[in-house]
Amino acid sequence: MLAARARIVVMAMLGVLVAVLFRAQVLRSSDWLLQSQSNRLRALTIPAPRGVIRDRDGRVLADNVPGYSVSIVPDRADSMISTLRRLRGHLELNDARFEELSAQARSGPPRPLLVSVDAPFDAVAALQERRSSFPRLLIEARPKRRYPAERVGAHVIGYVGEINETEVEAREDEGAEPGWIVGRSGIEAQYESTLQGRPGVRYVEVDAEGRIVGSFAGMRTVIEEPGTDVDLNLDLELMEWIDHIFPDGMKGSVVVLDVETGGVLALYSAPAFDPNVFAGVVDRSEWDRLVQDPESPLYHRAVMGSYPPGSPWKLATAAIALDLGVVTPSQRMPVSCQGSYVFGNRSYGCWKPEGHGSLDLAGAIQHSCNVYFYQLGAEIGLARMLEVGNRLGFGRPCGIDLPTEGGGTFPEGPEFWERRFGYRPQEGEALVLAIGQGPNDQTPLKMAQFILAIARDGSAPAPSLLRSETAGANDASWSLDIPPEHLEQVREGMRRVTRQGGTAYLSSLEHFDLLGKTGTAQSGGGRPTHAWFTAIAGPYGEAPEIVAVALVEFGGSGSGVAAPLVAKTADFYLRGKHGIPRDTIQTLGEHLRAGRSTAWGR
Amino acid sequence: MLIVLLLLSTFGVGMIYSAGVLEVTSSVTQGLWIRQATFLGVAVVACLIVARIPLRWFEWVAVPGYVLGVGVLAVTLVVGTGTGTAEGISSFLSIGGFRFQPAEAAKISTALALAALLARREEPPRYLRDLLTPAALVGLPLVLVLLQPDLGTALAFIGIFFAVIFWAGTPWPLILFAASPGLGLILAFSLRVWAVYIVLLAIGLYLYRFRLYLVESVVVILGNVAAGAVAQPLWNSLAGYQRNRLLVFLDPSLDPRNAGWQLIQSKVAVGSGGLFGKGFTAGTQKRLAFLPEQHTDFIFSVVGEEFGFVGTSVILTLFGLLFFRMISVAEAAKRSFAGLFIFGILGVWLTHVFVNAGMTIGVVPVTGIPLPFISYGGSFLLMSWIAAAMVVAVAGDDS
Repeated sequence: MLAARARIVVMAMLGVLVAVLFRAQVLRSSDWLLQSQSNRLRALTIPAPRGVIRDRDGRVLADNVPGYSVSIVPDRADSMISTLRRLRGHLELNDARFEELSAQARSGPPRPLLVSVDAPFDAVAALQERRSSFPRLLIEARPKRRYPAERVGAHVIGYVGEINETEVEAREDEGAEPGWIVGRSGIEAQYESTLQGRPGVRYVEVDAEGRIVGSFAGMRTVIEEPGTDVDLNLDLELMEWIDHIFPDGMKGSVVVLDVETGGVLALYSAPAFDPNVFAGVVDRSEWDRLVQDPESPLYHRAVMGSYPPGSPWKLATAAIALDLGVVTPSQRMPVSCQGSYVFGNRSYGCWKPEGHGSLDLAGAIQHSCNVYFYQLGAEIGLARMLEVGNRLGFGRPCGIDLPTEGGGTFPEGPEFWERRFGYRPQEGEALVLAIGQGPNDQTPLKMAQFILAIARDGSAPAPSLLRSETAGANDASWSLDIPPEHLEQVREGMRRVTRQGGTAYLSSLEHFDLLGKTGTAQSGGGRPTHAWFTAIAGPYGEAPEIVAVALVEFGGSGSGVAAPLVAKTADFYLRGKHGIPRDTIQTLGEHLRAGRSTAWGR
Repeated sequence: MLIVLLLLSTFGVGMIYSAGVLEVTSSVTQGLWIRQATFLGVAVVACLIVARIPLRWFEWVAVPGYVLGVGVLAVTLVVGTGTGTAEGISSFLSIGGFRFQPAEAAKISTALALAALLARREEPPRYLRDLLTPAALVGLPLVLVLLQPDLGTALAFIGIFFAVIFWAGTPWPLILFAASPGLGLILAFSLRVWAVYIVLLAIGLYLYRFRLYLVESVVVILGNVAAGAVAQPLWNSLAGYQRNRLLVFLDPSLDPRNAGWQLIQSKVAVGSGGLFGKGFTAGTQKRLAFLPEQHTDFIFSVVGEEFGFVGTSVILTLFGLLFFRMISVAEAAKRSFAGLFIFGILGVWLTHVFVNAGMTIGVVPVTGIPLPFISYGGSFLLMSWIAAAMVVAVAGDDS
C-alpha cells in the first residue's frame, strides 16, 4: 500500500520531467534550435570598399587602403566600459571620445561598440598579442579612405565620416548600420549611394564569450558589392598646378570649365585642408580646429563664396542689352566718356577721370568704361535688367553636382530694395548694377557659368563634375537670345583686354588666345579690393576651349593678381591638351621679366 | 540494480568526456572524464566491499556515524574551502591532499540515524509531536549545510526527511501539515495567495481536528504565519545570486545576460536537442561554452542537447527503474530499519534527480545540485555507490 503510493509519487515526479522535456524537445524543438543557431552564429558585416573617385585621366582622387577597426563585442555595460578603459593604453582615446563611447555602451540595445575605424597598425599588433586580456575585442580589417592628392581638390572631393543614428534610421532599407562610413561633403556626399556599395554578410560561429571560432558554411552569405567608381571631369594635374601658382597665403578660388561640355576641369578653393584627417574617427579637437580657423579652410569658396562681381559684370550688362536688343555692338552711346556721367541729379564717375571718349561695345569692354555702361544700364532700365538677370539665374545656384552650392545675391525685383533697405529703388540703381556694384554678389562658379554662355552660343549647361558621354550641348539650363555676330563682338571686346593697350596685356599667351575681363571689386569696409579675372581661352583663330575664372579675396587688382593666375592656368591646361611642352614662363609679363624675346601679342 | 547504476555511471563518464570537448580551450573540463572513470573504478570496488557488510553493522554505526557526520560538517564550516565551480562555498574538506564533501557522507549517516530512530517506534507517527525528534535530527545537518551555504544539498536533507517519515507510515495529512510552513514561505510572496492558502490550511486542520492535538493545530497555523512573516526578511537576507536565480526562474528574460543566462542557455541546449539530439560530443551549445557548469550541475543539458528526448527519457527511465527497484527492496525488507534507510537514500536521489533535471528546463529554480551517478564529482560518485551498496546489502539481508 505504502509502496504503491511511493511508486506513484516517483512516477509523478519523473512524469512531470518527461512531459516538460517532451514539450521542449519534441513539440517546441524548432524554436529552440533556431535560438541555438542565433546564439552561436554572428552575422559579420563585411564593409564594401567605397568606389574610387578618379579624374579625367584616371588619376586617383580617392581610393581605399587597408585599415583596421577595433570594436567591443556587446556585453554588460560596465564590463564594456572597463575594456574601453584598458584600451586607452593602446589606442588614442581622449576624454571626450571616451565619455561618448561610454554613454553609447550604457544606452540602447546591446550592439558592438566601434572604438576606432582606423587603428594604427602597431596598436592593432599590440592588441592581437594581448588577445587573452582583451577577449571581447573584435579587430576587423576594413577599407579606409585615402586621398592621395591631400589638400588639392579637398573641397570638391569632400570627405567621409561615420554614419550617425538618424542616418542609420533613414537608410535602413539600404541596410545601413552603425559603423558605416558615408560621404560627408563634396563628391563623396553627392554620389554617396553610387560610391557606397552593398556590404556583405558572413556568418561566423562564436563561443559564449563572443570569440570567433570559425566560419560557418551552412548559412547563406552575402558577398559584398564594392561601390561603383566615379569618374570626374576634373584634371588633377591642373588642380595641382593651380595650387602651385595660387598666391601664397591668399584666399580665393579658380574655376575652369570645358566649353564644349560644361564639364568642370578645375574647382579650386584656398585655403584647403587635408581630407585624410577625416578618414578615421574624426578627432573632435582636429574638427574644432578646422571649424574655428579664421581662414575657414573648410569653406568651399568657389561654389559658396559670394563676392561683388565688379567689372566682369559689365559683360553681363552687355549680354542683357544685346539679348533685349536695346543696342547693337557697333552703336555708340549718346554721351562720350569725359570721366563722368550725370543721371538725374547725380553724377556717376568713370574709373578713368580723363575719360575714354566715344566707344563701341567692344571698346567699352576693352577699356571697362563706366560711362558707356551707365548709359547702357539706363537704356535697359532697372526692371528689364532684373528680369533678364534673374532669367540667367543670377542669384540662384548653377546646379553643379555638389551637395551644397551658394546662389549669391541678385535682386529678384524692385521689392528687394524695400525689403532690405526700406525704399523703392530709383532708376539710378540700374546704373550702379550695370557696372557690377550695388546689391549683387556672385559666386566664382556662377560667373564662370555666365562666361561659358559667352564662349558658346549664348547657352550654358549646369557645370558638371561627373563625367558622362551625353553631357554638354543639349542640357542648357538657360540661354541668351543674342545673334552670333553680336556675341562675337562681346568676345572681341574681351580679346582686346589682353592685346596691347588692354588691362591684361601682360597676361597674354604665346600659343593661346586669351579673352578676358579684369575686375577690381570694392569689398567694402576699407579693405583691399577683390581681384577678378574671367576669361575664355583657346588656340588662336579657333573656337574657344575653356572658360577660366579666378577670384582672389582682397587680392588687389584684377590685372595684377587674377589675370596672370588665369592665364597661367589656361596655358598649363591647353598646352597639355595640344601637346605643347609646358613651361613655367608663360605670360607676356613673365617673358619680359625673364628677358625672353616675344613674338606675339602685338 | 547494480547494472542500472553501472549503465548510468558509464554514461556519466561518457558525458563528462563530451563536456570536455569544446571549441574553446579550457583547462577545467578537459580530461576530467579520466578522473571520473578512476573514481568509478574505486567506487565499484568500494561498493562490492560494502555490499558484503551485514545490515546489523549499519544499525550499530548509525548513531556514532551521525554524530561524526554532523561534527565533520561543523568543522568544514570553519576550515572548509570552495572549489572550481563552487567557489565561495566552503563545502570541501581537504585531508592529506584528498578533497571531499563531508555533506555527502552526512546524507548517508543522517539517513541511517533517522531510519534507526523511526525503526524503534512501535507504530507510525500519529501526531505532529512524533515528528519533532526526527525533524530535529535532520534539521541539525541541514542547518549546517545551509550555513555553507549550499541550498541544493540542504534540499536533499529535506528529501530524506519526508521520504523516511512517509515510509514510517505517517498519515499524509500529517506530512502535508509538516510541510506547510515551507509552502507558506513560498506562497508568502503574494499576500492574496497566502491568505487563501492559510484559510484552506485552517479548514484542513479543522477537518482533521479529531486526530490532532489542538496545540499542534495552533502550532501549524502559527508556523505558517511565522513563515509568512519571515518571508520578506529572509528574502532580503538571501545572497544576491540566490535572489536572482529565484527571480529569473519566474522570468528568465528579466536578466538575460547574468542570472537568466544559465537557464536560457540550458533551455536552448535541451530544446535544440530535439527528438534524437545532435549526436555524441556534437552539441553546439556545449561545444561553444554557452552552457555553464556543463560537467557538473548542467550535465543533463548536455545529455538533452546531444541525445535529445530519447536520451533524456532513457536516463529518467533508468532512474525510474532504480527507484522502483529500491521501493521493492524496501517492501521486501524484513526489518523496518532497512526499509526506512532505503527510503532515506531514495529521498536523496529523487530530490537530486528532480531538482537537477528540472532546473535545466526551468521546472525548478537553478540550484547547485548534481545528478547522481552522472555529474562529475569524486566524493559524490563514491558516496552514491556506497549508498547503493548499502541498499544492495539490505536487499541481500535475510536475517
